[in-house]
Amino acid sequence: MILLKNKMTAHQLHPEAWVDSYADYLFNYAVSRVSDSEVAKDLVQDTFFAGLKSAKNYKGEAAERTWLIAILKRKVIDHYRKINSNKGKSEVRMSYRTNREGEGSWMEEQVADPFSSFENDAIENEELGMALQGCIAKLPKKQSLVFNMKTIQGMSTEDICKELQINPSNLWVMIHRARTALMGCLNQNWFKR
Amino acid sequence: MISCDEATLICNKSQYKEATIIEKMKLRFHVLYCSACAGFIKKNTELTSLCTKANLRTLTSAEKMAMKQELQKQI
Repeated sequence: MILLKNKMTAHQLHPEAWVDSYADYLFNYAVSRVSDSEVAKDLVQDTFFAGLKSAKNYKGEAAERTWLIAILKRKVIDHYRKINSNKGKSEVRMSYRTNREGEGSWMEEQVADPFSSFENDAIENEELGMALQGCIAKLPKKQSLVFNMKTIQGMSTEDICKELQINPSNLWVMIHRARTALMGCLNQNWFKR
Repeated sequence: MISCDEATLICNKSQYKEATIIEKMKLRFHVLYCSACAGFIKKNTELTSLCTKANLRTLTSAEKMAMKQELQKQI
């Protein structure tokens, strides 16, 4: 235990701040891959546990967040392995010409439409989501909390004020600061890529 | 006449559809002679559309608290 703690300080791991700093970021990553928020939540929790367990292997080469994402990636793969082995879903059966109607159709028709923006949009939106989440994580804690509640959870001003015990003008100042910071951050990390 | 501070406040409110019609009219008028605020509104609206497009998800505070407690047990 003491050894573990020593190692942590040596390479600046801060597990006690993990949930506040990275939970949303990791959750977004997971949810876009498993598309089930309950499973995604469990994966994030597992990631934190695994991170804690292998904290002594953390060499400080990558940022904490990158390191955790790497663990989460393995967790997502493991998750798919598990559900595949349970149900034998990995077997993909495809048959063409199952009915007379489809006669004459061929593989070419199954090829992705190069002019379709649907798939690329989905990928781009996911990347945008990660960029945004990264920017939100950089905000001061109170600001990111208020911004999350207002923008992502869509809570009303009144409810937030009650829960955090602040007055509305206070809330709008925080929202304003958060939004300005996010605009700047996105300018750097999203538009200038 | 409203100040730029008021204008930004109304703009922020309207991002969450909480600005009243009168406020919006005041903002419209302000923008006629203030190009700085016009720029701000444009960027702010873009941020809103990016946020919707990104379809962000977040864990609730309760879920985070539960996670923290679980993690605390292991530390």
